[in-house]
Amino acid sequence: MPSIEQEIRSFIVGHFLLGDESSLKNDDSFLEKGTFDSTGILELVSFLEQKYSIELEPDELIPENLDSVNCLVQFLQRKVPSLNAVAQVQT
Amino acid sequence: MQPTLAISKDTLRIDAAAEVAHITAAIRETVVHQLHRKGAVVGVSGGIDSSVVAFLCARALGKERVQILFTPESDSSSDSLRLGRMVADALGADSQLEDIAPILKAAGCYERRDAAIRRVVPEYGPGWKSKIVLPDLLTSGQYPIFSVVVQSPSGERKQIRLTAEAYLGILAATNLKQRTRKLIEYYYADLKHYAVAGTPNRLEYDQGFFVKYGDGAADFKPIAHLYKSQVFQLAAYLGVPREIQERTPTTDTYSLEQTQEEFYFSLPLEKMDLCLYGKNNAIPAAALAPAVGIPEAQVERMYSMIESKRNATRYLHLAPVLMSPVPEIE
Repeated sequence: MPSIEQEIRSFIVGHFLLGDESSLKNDDSFLEKGTFDSTGILELVSFLEQKYSIELEPDELIPENLDSVNCLVQFLQRKVPSLNAVAQVQT
Repeated sequence: MQPTLAISKDTLRIDAAAEVAHITAAIRETVVHQLHRKGAVVGVSGGIDSSVVAFLCARALGKERVQILFTPESDSSSDSLRLGRMVADALGADSQLEDIAPILKAAGCYERRDAAIRRVVPEYGPGWKSKIVLPDLLTSGQYPIFSVVVQSPSGERKQIRLTAEAYLGILAATNLKQRTRKLIEYYYADLKHYAVAGTPNRLEYDQGFFVKYGDGAADFKPIAHLYKSQVFQLAAYLGVPREIQERTPTTDTYSLEQTQEEFYFSLPLEKMDLCLYGKNNAIPAAALAPAVGIPEAQVERMYSMIESKRNATRYLHLAPVLMSPVPEIE
């Protein structure tokens, strides 16, 4: 079973990086690297809500929660404690 | 040289007479000698920018060499046409009214937009109105995630966050408006052998607040180097009708009235002006904050947002990219 980290990486790499796994580090800032634009953020939010059956509140839509793979993993683990938290956060 | 004087609203004050002399000379040189055209087409929306451009073109080329166009559609405010006519009357220039609603209807603009809105508001239909808005990015620190505001026929309003599909669907449909306007402008440009004047100010040009090949398309852009407050100074100098000078800038694109601030810029335009000036001139946030009237941290955030928008909209400025050079044409 894939970890949260693997699921998120798979989505980001598949949707925004044409499958180029090597170009994404887990602590890369999406904003600084220009990984995606504001439309991409909408896609990311939709992915998170559908994949993890959650609803993101407006005050959760901030870079501290969503701006890197590591941020996303940590945010999801806080938001949904029941999720399998075996993701190994890499830097 | 880095500015060291205190920053204030007066920082952006210009010598309007000298600036008008500079721009009009440049328009003449550009239109006649560079573009080899006989006059200018200006789409006039009743807003301050297009009005100033029309006045500048008339002063540069003569009123008889300016073709003013009004291109309203179903969601346009009735004020837009009334104020646009005021500009044409003040200049004594020829104007043509081209209602683009039938073209947009035939292209499915309204139908496609409504279908996109129904992705998040299933009950949306005839008699409803809408606009899209951003959260308060400056104080919330949120991502620029668009929501749609809808108003039912009975006047009830609600705001729903957009999905990517709905957002892109609304954007793609409404962009047909700006592109259709440009289609009509180039019809007249071809018909009269004129050049098309673009009307963006510096905020819009810098921050990518335009539709590629829509309002972003033009043969020359006379005020793209001027901050919004400088455009107002030129308007006063040129004698643009006072009602236009005092009107709140809107997008005039959605059926609910939408300010540029809530759709794109996060601050009133005079404050955005100062932030862009500060960013362009490497003024520390602490030095700029008192003039803008917001905390230093928010100026820092604005600087960062300005940079983000530049990066996100850089492609709008690009001409089609060739895979290999064609040196004879460059």
